[in-house]
Amino acid sequence: MMSNNKNSIDRRSFLKVSSLAGGGMLIGFNFFTACKPDAKLPVKEIVDVSKLKFINFNAFIKIAENNIVSIIAPNPEIGQGVKTSMPMIIAEELCVAWDQVRVVQGGLDTDVFDRQVAGGSQSIRHGWNALRETGATVKHMLVNAAAKKWAVKPETCKAANGIISNGKGDKISFGKIATEAAKMEVPKDVKLKDPKDFTIVGTDIGNVDIDEIISGKPLFGLDYRKEGMLFASVMRPPAFGQKLESFDDSQLKNKSGVVDVFEFDNKIAVVAKTTWQAMRAKKDIKAKWKSDSRLESTQDLDQELNDLLEGNKYKTMRSDGDIKKAFAEADQILERIYEAPVIPHNCLEPMNFFAEVTEDKIHLAGPIQTPASTANRISKVLKRDLKDIKLDMTRMGGGFGRRLYGDFAVEAARISDKIRKPVMVVFSREDDMEDGIYRPATKYKFRAAIKNNKITGYHLIEAAMNSNMYGLIPNFFPAGSIENYQVDVASYKSHITTGAWRAPYTNFLAFAEQSFFDELAEEMKIDKVQLRLDLLEKAKGNKDKRMQYSPERMEKVIKTVVNKSGFGKSKPGIYQGFSAYYCHNTHVAEVADVVIESGVPIVKKVTCVIDCGIVVNPLGAKNQVEGGVIDGIGHAMYGELKFDQGIPQSNNFDAYRLIRMNETPVVETQFIENEISPTGLGEPALPPVSGAMANAIKAATGIRMTKQPFIQYHNVFEKELNNS
Amino acid sequence: MSKYDLKVNGKMYSVDVSDDTPLLWVLRDHLNLLGTKYGCGIGQCGACTVHIDGSPMRSCLTYLPQIIGKSITTIEGLSENNDHPVQEAWKEIDVPQCGYCQAGQIMTAAAFLENNPNPSKKEIRNAMHGNICRCASYKRIEKAVEVAAKKIN
Ligand code: FES
Ligand code: FES
Repeated sequence: MMSNNKNSIDRRSFLKVSSLAGGGMLIGFNFFTACKPDAKLPVKEIVDVSKLKFINFNAFIKIAENNIVSIIAPNPEIGQGVKTSMPMIIAEELCVAWDQVRVVQGGLDTDVFDRQVAGGSQSIRHGWNALRETGATVKHMLVNAAAKKWAVKPETCKAANGIISNGKGDKISFGKIATEAAKMEVPKDVKLKDPKDFTIVGTDIGNVDIDEIISGKPLFGLDYRKEGMLFASVMRPPAFGQKLESFDDSQLKNKSGVVDVFEFDNKIAVVAKTTWQAMRAKKDIKAKWKSDSRLESTQDLDQELNDLLEGNKYKTMRSDGDIKKAFAEADQILERIYEAPVIPHNCLEPMNFFAEVTEDKIHLAGPIQTPASTANRISKVLKRDLKDIKLDMTRMGGGFGRRLYGDFAVEAARISDKIRKPVMVVFSREDDMEDGIYRPATKYKFRAAIKNNKITGYHLIEAAMNSNMYGLIPNFFPAGSIENYQVDVASYKSHITTGAWRAPYTNFLAFAEQSFFDELAEEMKIDKVQLRLDLLEKAKGNKDKRMQYSPERMEKVIKTVVNKSGFGKSKPGIYQGFSAYYCHNTHVAEVADVVIESGVPIVKKVTCVIDCGIVVNPLGAKNQVEGGVIDGIGHAMYGELKFDQGIPQSNNFDAYRLIRMNETPVVETQFIENEISPTGLGEPALPPVSGAMANAIKAATGIRMTKQPFIQYHNVFEKELNNS
Repeated sequence: MSKYDLKVNGKMYSVDVSDDTPLLWVLRDHLNLLGTKYGCGIGQCGACTVHIDGSPMRSCLTYLPQIIGKSITTIEGLSENNDHPVQEAWKEIDVPQCGYCQAGQIMTAAAFLENNPNPSKKEIRNAMHGNICRCASYKRIEKAVEVAAKKIN
């Protein structure tokens, strides 16, 4: 991971400049900032752009004589609008007008992958400084070349909208001086713009791929085509924890289009000429499965997590002061357990991947969030040299964490290796839901010690499947604001595969914590918002370096959301719930407005105030925030995957409910304006919303929901509301 | 296997497929029209929506014997220059996130506005509720349908 240090980039090795064959300038650089010391773009030689390879750089800027600036990067959209926002940052410092800029997707022709990972809302955060410096460096070279031509000092020249001018009335376009600029020395230190002078960053810029999307161009993994390719449907164990014993494919023999059926890695591949033939033929395989250990049902998961909470096999992630003493001396202790089920990702484009394995090379293509590690993994699995592997990323029809895992790519590579033909593995919706790498079921136990109506001790215990929260989370709020504070975690090994799901851990932890704070405020009979503000006050000035949040920024989003939503002053019939959370370097506060309609609580509006530093593209950012809020509500309401003897009990959208348009509230979004480097946006709006919603529902119905999904409380609501 | 003649986006095609092949896969696997998307295969998500004689249909549940002689429009054929009022509105509002559901959303919206060019907010929300957007770009879709209605009128 790149460090956040502004000065850590050696500019001379992270970009290389050359002239273009037809005139103009070409700059090779790294879109995701990591620089390769062995970068080889023939510096100051004439380059033919049509023969460009992404061997040593993963992106290029081309300034043509007609003053059109092309930003060529191999990365398709990876889901958070970065294909638009990252070029905006370059264009800003380059001092060109946005309508001069063309964003072009090049093929990924490299074995140098760097941080081409979308996940963890980190792309913008990591790219910010390097992208600005890239743009600024190129602008300086252009200005220096113009100054030389005019025999004036560079300081007397100005660049704006792709034109350089000096005080004497001379003007020249970038395009006209670019060939000269390519011969200039790459400057060591460049001055970046004052954010106050930004003209592109902070303005609304539409998605650069909009035309392709709305006209149905083949952009996604499932749309990838290659002459002669086949399609594979894979039968995997129906229950987690099973092994393949035997199978009978006699019914497939005469099925049209079926090319091959074989066993690999405890699975069965059905290869056919078309997608549909492969999917249909798979249904006719009769397979026998066995298991030598317990197959888990939902009740088993539940029991395991309860045992962990009651047991003593914890790992302590952070411990301040002495919680034992605090609890022993408490006047009051509040304890509560919150519970979340397993949920699948349900990307609308099911998992898929293309592979063509031949004697001398491996070509992979598809939607993936981790191209580097996936190529690595395949090189190991097939025992092939990494440098013979080429991986093209396609646009992804949703990721949410699922496409961090390359299981589907490995399957494609294994199948193509066996049949030595180009093949695409396609998951049906049923496969996608049944063979997931799910959000793990998790339980949190919160305990708070109260003395003299102050919180003196705070103890959080996490019980989860397979793995526990990552190391930064225990340093989120309220760490640093309560003297005696401890976070303990425990997990058990499940056969059911689990992994990252949009805002891992915090997607549920935020609900649990923000519900608990409301419960504490009720118990202590103090104002709910004030309780948080008092804690933040204590955290201010805390010198603990591990602390992840800023009490000042948190306070600001809280106060702003209270104002904007009129929290505490709602009209009769509207019940409000508050929540505030920090994750992915971003501070968010939300208020949900709930009404009762035909006996059930409905969220009508969510007000969201978010501090993610400078907002590069507000138009795209708002879309991300609205999506995060609605996604959070939808999954808190309905999301649950049950298991019976290891078998998922839902496998398509008729049995797994996702939120739909007619259920969506109004979302009002406000960004805090500041000049702090941008942080993540793909995830942070999601975690707090279910807390705000639960707190509003408590206000509306008197019922405190401690379990997700909330739909299981509907009978309770109906009973309760009809009785009153 | 049976032979069928199909009229898609004003062009005639002839395919040789088994009768149980959903139109969705005829479009994608045989005609290489990849704009129509697969999301669920059971009529629940709307990603595969096409127009058949102008009406919105789930192509994943439509079979060729049912549509003999009918005319099919897919996202690729909705307009010549990407300038159907619904597409224009989608651009203006900058609707998509990942974009995967959008062809289906646009086809549903276009057919809906054809029948009801002056919808209320509520009618829009109900008409579009059969189309899942996993990225939850619902607020933008809702707004874009309103804008498209204005453009049509
Ligand atoms: S693919 Fe046809 S409705 Fe989902
Ligand atoms: S934009 Fe991703 S599913 Fe709708």
